[in-house]
Amino acid sequence: METVQLLTPEGTRVADARYDHRVAHLDADALRGFYADMVLTRRFDTEATALQRQGELGLFTPSMGQEAAQVGSAHALAPQDWAFPAYREHGVLHVRGVDLVDVLKQFRGVEHGGWDPAEHHVHLFTLVVGAHPLHAVGYAMGMQRDGVVGTGDPQRDAGVIAYLGDGATSQGDVSEALVFAGASDAPVVFFVQNNQWAISVPVGTQSKVPLAQRGQGFGIPTVRVDGNDVLASYAVTAEAMERAHRGHGPTFIEAVTYRMGAHTTSDDPLRYREDDEVAAWRAKDPIDRLRRYLESAGELPQDFLADLEARSEALARHVRDGVHAMTAPEPTSMFDHVYASPHSLVQSERAWFEQYESGLAEGGAR
Amino acid sequence: MPRYQQFRLPDAGEGLTEAEIVEWRVAVGDTVTVNQVIVEIETAKSLVELPCPFDGVVSALLVEEGVTVEVGTPIITVDTDPGGPEQDDAPAGADAASAESPAAATEPAATEPAATSESATSESATSESATSDPAAGETRAVLVGYGVRDDAPSRRRRAGEPGPAEPQPASAPASRPGGQRVLAKPPVRKLARDLHVDLATVSPTGPGGIVTREDVLARATEVRPQTLATYPNDEEPWLESGTVSPDGRSTVVPVRSVRKRTAEAMVASAFTAPHVSVFHTVDVTRTMRLVARLREEREFSDVRVTPLLIAAKALLIAVRRHPEVNASWRDETQEIVYKHYVNLGIAAQTPRGLVVPNIKDAHRLGLHDLAVALADLTAKARAGGTSPADMSDGTITITNVGVFGIDTGTPILNPGESAILAFGAIREQPWMHRGKVKPRHVTQLALSFDHRLVDGALGSKLLADVAAILEDPARALVWG
Repeated sequence: METVQLLTPEGTRVADARYDHRVAHLDADALRGFYADMVLTRRFDTEATALQRQGELGLFTPSMGQEAAQVGSAHALAPQDWAFPAYREHGVLHVRGVDLVDVLKQFRGVEHGGWDPAEHHVHLFTLVVGAHPLHAVGYAMGMQRDGVVGTGDPQRDAGVIAYLGDGATSQGDVSEALVFAGASDAPVVFFVQNNQWAISVPVGTQSKVPLAQRGQGFGIPTVRVDGNDVLASYAVTAEAMERAHRGHGPTFIEAVTYRMGAHTTSDDPLRYREDDEVAAWRAKDPIDRLRRYLESAGELPQDFLADLEARSEALARHVRDGVHAMTAPEPTSMFDHVYASPHSLVQSERAWFEQYESGLAEGGAR
Repeated sequence: MPRYQQFRLPDAGEGLTEAEIVEWRVAVGDTVTVNQVIVEIETAKSLVELPCPFDGVVSALLVEEGVTVEVGTPIITVDTDPGGPEQDDAPAGADAASAESPAAATEPAATEPAATSESATSESATSESATSDPAAGETRAVLVGYGVRDDAPSRRRRAGEPGPAEPQPASAPASRPGGQRVLAKPPVRKLARDLHVDLATVSPTGPGGIVTREDVLARATEVRPQTLATYPNDEEPWLESGTVSPDGRSTVVPVRSVRKRTAEAMVASAFTAPHVSVFHTVDVTRTMRLVARLREEREFSDVRVTPLLIAAKALLIAVRRHPEVNASWRDETQEIVYKHYVNLGIAAQTPRGLVVPNIKDAHRLGLHDLAVALADLTAKARAGGTSPADMSDGTITITNVGVFGIDTGTPILNPGESAILAFGAIREQPWMHRGKVKPRHVTQLALSFDHRLVDGALGSKLLADVAAILEDPARALVWG
C-alpha cells in the first residue's frame, strides 16, 4: 500500500500529482505557523511530563513524535468542523485554540473535562480506548440530519474528525463506528495515528495488513500517509474533509508515525522496545523535517526562531503557573451539563447534594 | 529573605507508594533551575529521573542515597530566595534542631508552613481545611490512578466529629524526613536536650504524631548510626548506613535494592528447584593456545578474547546437542517450556551487587559477535546500566567463579532456568598427557541443574560435551 509523502525525512519536497494542489496555497508564513505549532506542542509536552515527575499531575500522555500528524490534520479543519480526540492530541487542541493548561485539569484530577467543547469544536478527551469514534460518527450523522452537509456553501458544510490510535482499531466499538459511518455515508474522517505501539503491543501483533486496509472492508475510502510529514498529513486530511463536506461519506486515514516517549508517564518503554528502533524514528522527526525544508529555502530567519524560543518558554511558564494555580470547580457544577435543558431528576439530586455539602464541617455554606 | 521550599517524593507512576533514592545529582549549595534533573529514583516499575520544581539553591538533601521512602516524603529543601536578607523571626519548632546534630543544623527547621502554601499538591483547592489540625499539612489531592490513601485524612469531616489521629508510618528513626515540625511537649523537649537526643530522629508513638517521654528514652538507649571509615577505591562501603550496636561489636545494615533481589531470587530458586551438581576436571591447554592465537588474529583485534568466551561458545554448542536442557519449569500450569533460543546469562559482580544480564539470542552469534556481546554486557553491568530487559528471559547461565581464583562451586540456578555452568580458575598442573606427566593448563567445570526436568544423564552429557570442546576445540568443528 502506497504511503503519501510530500516531505522526505531530509526535508526535500517531493512532487505528488494527486496532492500537490492541496498544499499549493501554503506559503512560507503558513509553514512557519505549522512549524511553530509543532515546536510549541512539544514544549508543552516536556513541561507537562516534568510536572508529572514533580507530583503535580497524576498522569500525563506525551505526544512527542506525533506533532506533524496532529498539527497538519488540525490545520485542514474548517472552524465549523468538530474534532473528537482520544487522549494524546495536544497538537490538535493547540491548533484549535484550546488553552493547553485546561488540558491538564483532567491529568491533575481537578476536573473530568477541562474546556468547553462548544467553544473550539473540540470534544473532551476520552480515556476509554476506542469509545469516542462512536460518538464522532453519531455527531456526524446528526450533522447530516441538521442539513449542514453537502450544501455547497464552504462556510456551512461541516464534518467530524475522530482521532484514534493503532491500538484502538482492535476495539469492537471502532468496528461498529466504521459500520455506521460506511452505511450512512456520515461526514466523518477516521484519523488513525499508527504510532507503532499500543502500550507494549507492537502494531504487527494486532494486524496482518496495513491498518489503512481496515477501512476498505467497510466500504470506506482509505489512505495511508507519512504521519511525520506535516504537509502530507495536511493534504490527505484536506481531501478527506472535502469529501465529508460534500456529502460523499467517510474516509479512513492511517498516519504512520511514532510515539517517541512513553505511552503515559506510568509506562517504561525501555522494557519492551529497542534503542535502535527509537533512534531510527528519531531520524525521521517531524519537526526536524520541516525545519530542514524551511532552512534550505532560506525561510527560517534568526529573529523568527528567537521569537519562537521566547514563545515556547512563555508557554512553559504559563502551563507551570496555570497548573499550580488550578482550583477544583464548584462541586455542584457536575449537574450543569447532564441534559441540555432543565431536568427534574437532576434538579432534585442537585438540591439533595447542596444540602449534604452544607452539612460538612469545613465546607461551610457554599 | 531566604524562602525554603520542599519537594516531596511524587508518585512517578500510577499508584506507587514508595521509591528508593538511587543517586543525587545535586549537592547542598548547588544552584538549581526549574526542571533540572536533581535525583534518580528507583520505583517498583523503573528508574526515573526527577526534575526540580524550583529555582534556587539546595539547602538540604533530606534522604540519603539507598534509602526507600514513601511517596509524599519531603526529599530536598531548596532556598528559592537565597539572596534575600535573613529571616528574623525564628520559625516555630526551631529548637528541635539541636546544635550537636550536624544534619539538623544544615536543615532549615519548620519549613512546613511555607511549603504547604507555596508548593506541591493542590492545597489551594482544599484551603478550607482546618489549619489547627496537625495532620492538615499532610492533605493530598486525590489524583488520577491514586485512589484514596488509607492514611490520608479525608478532605473534610462531618460537623462535630473529632479529627482523626494521624497514623505515623513505623519508619526507622534514620529515615525520618528532616525539616519537619517535631511535635513534643516542653518537658519532653527538655528531657531530649538533657539526654542529647535530637528530637528529629525520634520515632513518635503518641497521638497525632507527638513524641512521648518513652520515645525519647528509647532513642537515648540506641547508639546513633555512624559513618564508617572508608578507603580509597572503596566504591561502595558495604557498611555505610548501617547502625553500630551499643557494644560496638556488630553493625546492622538494612537489606535493600540489588542485595534484596538477589536474596529473593536465590531463596526462590534454591527452595523450589531440586539442585544437582556434577563436576568435570579438564585439560584446557588447547583452549589456551586457541585463545592466544585468536588474540593475534586481525579479525579479533577489536575484542578481548578470553577462556570464558570459548567456554560460552562451548556451552552454546553443547546446548544445541542437548536442547532439552534449555528449558523452564512452569509450576503454576505444570508445564515445561522448551526454549528454541538461547539467552545466555553471565553472572557479573558489580559495585551494586550481583546481576545476571543475558546475551539475547546468543545461539545465533558467531565467535566474534559473541565476544562483542560479552564485552558490551560486562561493561554495561560494571557501569550500573543493566536494565530489567537485559536481565529478563535468560535461558541458561555461566558464572565465572575462576576470576576469584576459585577451582569450582555448586552454583544456584538463576530463577526460571534449568542449568548453570560454573567456570573455575585455570591453573598449570601436572597432568597425564600422552602417557607422561606434563605441566598442563587444567580447570574444573561444575554444572548445577534442576532435577525436576533435567535427569542426571542429560546434565552429565551436557557437561561432558562442554569439557570435550574445551579439551579439544576442534571438536566444535565436528559438532558445530
